[in-house]
Amino acid sequence: MGLPKTLAATTVAAVLVACASQPPMDEPTSELYPKRQDAYPSTYQPAVAQPVVIRNATILTGTGGHLDNADIVLADGRIQAIGSSVATPSGARVIDASGRWVTPGLIDVHSHLGVYPSPGVNAHSDGNEMTAPVTANVWAEHGVWPQDPGFQAALEGGVTTLQILPGSANLVGGRGVTLKNVPAVGYQAMKFPGAKHGLKMACGENPKRVYGSKSQAPSTRMGNVAGYRQAFADAQDYQRTWQKYWRDLAAYEKKKATDPDAAPPSEPKRDLKLETLVGALEGEILVHIHCYRADEMQVMLDLAKEFGFEIAAFHHGVEAYKIANRLAEEQVCGALWADWWGFKMESFDGIPENLAMVDFPEDSCAIVHSDSEEGIQRLNQEAAKAMARGNRIGLSIPPERAIRWITSNPAKALGIDDRTGSLEVGKMADVVIWNRNPFSVYALAEQVFIDGVLVYDRTQPTKPRSDFMLGQPGVGHE
Amino acid sequence: MNKVSLAFALALSVLTSSASAADLLIRNAEVHTLTSAGKLANADVLVRNDKIAAVGRGLAAPDDATIVEANGKPLTPGLFAGLTGIGLREVSGESSTVDEFLRLNAPQHEMQWRPEFDVTLAYNPRSVLVPVAQVEGLTWTVIHPGAAGGGSMLAGQGAAVVLDGRFDAVIDGSRSMFVSLGSDVLPISGGSRAAQYMLFDQAVREARSTGPLGDRSLLLPAGREVLARYLKGGRFVFVVDRAADIRQVLALAKRYGINPVIASGAEAWAVADELAAADVPVLLDPLLNLPLSFDVIGARMDNAALLARAGVRVGFTQVLSDASHNARKIRQVAGNAVAHGLPWDLALAGLTSVPAEIFGVAQTRGRIAEGQAADLVLWSGDPLEVTTVAEQVWIGGNAIPMRSRQTELRDRYLEKLKQGSAR
Repeated sequence: MGLPKTLAATTVAAVLVACASQPPMDEPTSELYPKRQDAYPSTYQPAVAQPVVIRNATILTGTGGHLDNADIVLADGRIQAIGSSVATPSGARVIDASGRWVTPGLIDVHSHLGVYPSPGVNAHSDGNEMTAPVTANVWAEHGVWPQDPGFQAALEGGVTTLQILPGSANLVGGRGVTLKNVPAVGYQAMKFPGAKHGLKMACGENPKRVYGSKSQAPSTRMGNVAGYRQAFADAQDYQRTWQKYWRDLAAYEKKKATDPDAAPPSEPKRDLKLETLVGALEGEILVHIHCYRADEMQVMLDLAKEFGFEIAAFHHGVEAYKIANRLAEEQVCGALWADWWGFKMESFDGIPENLAMVDFPEDSCAIVHSDSEEGIQRLNQEAAKAMARGNRIGLSIPPERAIRWITSNPAKALGIDDRTGSLEVGKMADVVIWNRNPFSVYALAEQVFIDGVLVYDRTQPTKPRSDFMLGQPGVGHE
Repeated sequence: MNKVSLAFALALSVLTSSASAADLLIRNAEVHTLTSAGKLANADVLVRNDKIAAVGRGLAAPDDATIVEANGKPLTPGLFAGLTGIGLREVSGESSTVDEFLRLNAPQHEMQWRPEFDVTLAYNPRSVLVPVAQVEGLTWTVIHPGAAGGGSMLAGQGAAVVLDGRFDAVIDGSRSMFVSLGSDVLPISGGSRAAQYMLFDQAVREARSTGPLGDRSLLLPAGREVLARYLKGGRFVFVVDRAADIRQVLALAKRYGINPVIASGAEAWAVADELAAADVPVLLDPLLNLPLSFDVIGARMDNAALLARAGVRVGFTQVLSDASHNARKIRQVAGNAVAHGLPWDLALAGLTSVPAEIFGVAQTRGRIAEGQAADLVLWSGDPLEVTTVAEQVWIGGNAIPMRSRQTELRDRYLEKLKQGSAR
């Protein structure tokens, strides 16, 4: 039985994110990050699809709305209309969704699909660069195997967008990537156009265990924090070096017309590790921090203030309920499980009301995340459990609120809430039709659309999307 | 606290103030008997001492009985928590708190099997995991040893325990031997699954032989005695996934005359007819649908439904989640089997009567019927639904307090949250 396996999976797991903001513009910015970010660009192009009208559905908009007997129109990859008695565009396919529910496509801010794919053989272990405590230079996308059968399974659970993160062995694990859950040979064709990278950091037990066991720093929580601080101090120094270079270059450009002897400044050497950390300082990379304990989250909030970056979300945060008001005040999301606890010491205080309590304050940002190839297939059920536990203690959470935990709130943490995560006119047509209220163990996603393209239909079995699964005996899809 | 739970807290205070010897009458419940009587609407259950005394409509309340009005809500037997390490582990990642694995770290060429290893001796009823499971309607589990590095593929013995905090918690007749097969245990079985069958055969021969053991024997005298006892009709739980390995288990069970149970069984659906013909039950996790290893390439969501259709007895356990700390997820696991084709009644049976039969405790557990232990759960709704909670749990006729370390933590911080304190 998977006991040792389960333990390994959960101890490798990492979390946390925060919403980064734009850097202050009064100083000349380094422009470092904009100059560097095109290297592995998105090549994702949605197919041209027939317009679709979904009629008579119960719609949860992802913004808190709950529409009964309503319609939604998907065309040209966008949501064109939503409401009652909308007009049918010419050539549209009409789906009668009577008795069914419609939600935005689900979003998981914490997945290791592709970097810890199935089958979990040694050769597939690509999620943790466990060779130094700060590996901000590595990018999860360079370890993503698009043939991981887990992508299709997640799609069948309604997941249309997901962030793939490096693991939590390191203080700074590297860059995460946000993907659209579409079939592709290379990950670039899945990359969410224009989405910022994430930066994966980790608090607590994992980094100090991994490096402490090698008699290397960090071996304590003290060492962890010293490690983050030195890394960001180095990044600030690197940022100043480039800022000086850009200033000198600008001066040279001005000067060279009149001074033929003017010499251009020499370009500093690139440091891929510090380049990523500067991206985080400048808000071009969103910081996601795996952090379980309330006290450690508070340390990380202070760290962010010391170096002037913002935290998009704390991931795992089993003790987030202890500081729910502060998280809301600081505008940091809590990306959480519904009920995991006890698999290690820092998860010992987990409770099933965590999500609902983090959701309670005004301006909160509670998120259901998976960190699991099993959990990502049932984010709706995880949200349902958390909603029920909240209602049990009198927090009064209706489905139209809880759906935000798996749609608009994760979109916010990924910086893509202006494009997806809710059913509003002009947003990407990322839509799920459920056979019933999705807050049920019996609910199944029947149809899933990404950018208006039908990418999954439960009534139309197809061959497995993963090349790995092709031709395997007895592989069934319901 | 909402109105429902307040009402229950009040009901509870009535219950706890009455003498424990008093009779208990649960009135007007939707009683899931798990017997041929099926589901009884608006039925009553009378509990006397620690047992169910009567089930039916309009039962008369004895004079001093505590009466609980169920308002038509579902009442089920206390649920099986699956194969777990509840009471054997407190914090999974802290080895000083984990007693599930025997790791003598013998070199492979001096391999020893210790079937006499019995994890029930390590069971701690005062573990915080016990109330966490209990308040979710889980009233019994089978605690078991695990096969791990430094140990052997024959992990040792486990047994069913009642989750009410008593010290002597083992339920009679439930002891079982646990054996792991397949790729997970290749490093402790000579690197080949063929060696796993070879070693098992060697152990059986040693246990059955009465002559002196050689220098290179797998078993010590105590282990020989224990294994010999299990070979006379004892229960062996094989943790195994690949269809070909499950067929090997069926063959060796026949060869050695043992009584096997398949646990995990990701590819069991592929040999469903053979399992049905041999009447071998399967304890599975219906959420195992990805090819996590080359042993489970054929894993699929409708494993339970396909097995049941073939006539195999199906119960549930968890292999993907933390089966001990998050034992409460087992209801969700069963509900997902229903979403993928398993009839609802069989799913509830997979959490109650089927595991009770498999582990030899059906005389006292798994049904609501006269003479059964009064381990009962009153639910807020469909017991397999993720939005349902256990409103009241009784074990041996005692209403448990519905408190755990987690409810204590919740209540401490809920108060602060509502006061708006940010620190």
